[in-house]
Amino acid sequence: MTDTVKKFLYVNRKAPYGTIYALESLEVVLIGAAFDQDVSLAFLDDGVFQLTKGQDTKEIGVKNFSPTYRALGDYEVTKLYVEKESLDERGLSEADLQELVWEDEDDDYAEKPSIHIISRKEMADLMANQDVVLSF
Amino acid sequence: MSTLHTVNKSPFATKTLLSCLNHASKGDSILLIEDGVYGALKGSELAEIITTKAKDFSVFLLAPDMKARGINEDKLIENIELVDYAKFVDMAAKHDLNQAWL
Repeated sequence: MTDTVKKFLYVNRKAPYGTIYALESLEVVLIGAAFDQDVSLAFLDDGVFQLTKGQDTKEIGVKNFSPTYRALGDYEVTKLYVEKESLDERGLSEADLQELVWEDEDDDYAEKPSIHIISRKEMADLMANQDVVLSF
Repeated sequence: MSTLHTVNKSPFATKTLLSCLNHASKGDSILLIEDGVYGALKGSELAEIITTKAKDFSVFLLAPDMKARGINEDKLIENIELVDYAKFVDMAAKHDLNQAWL
């Protein structure tokens, strides 16, 4: 093991229930959280649908994994970047997304937002400045 | 710092290639593989927008995937470089970062 911390970006571009990608990504993020790396999550294109609130899968017979995103903060995964253009194209706004927070132990456990809305240009820069990009 | 992007979906089925072109950084390399090779077809309804957006990048095509689909070299848009599997591996190793567009 080395002490080197690498920048990992998980790129999410698919809607949650039509394919298994979104759930697999979330599982890999949770497993990867054990390795104490600098982790960011990107949500763009149909990936923004993963974070919408009010998901109810009772009638389609699959697990609603959307509440699991709320656990990410406890695994020190606190940087979720959502592309504004992708939201706009789909008629969504930040108000349609779950509120996700993390507790900052260096700031008296203040709750801080995990979701950051960024532009397409900022997303491009985020992608370019990583050590590892994992796509889902 | 430059990235090798791979795209494996037809641009006529998904917006994957367009999304890649919209997020890659100037000077990056884009390699079309599997059904992604259809993105290099000359005269398609998407050829113009792809050609325009691709100007900032180096675009490559995996020749075995092109040949498998019966696409001849003269059917390709301009400024595309054909590569084989060995060159693909070489490119993956030589870039700082690899990003797959699925």
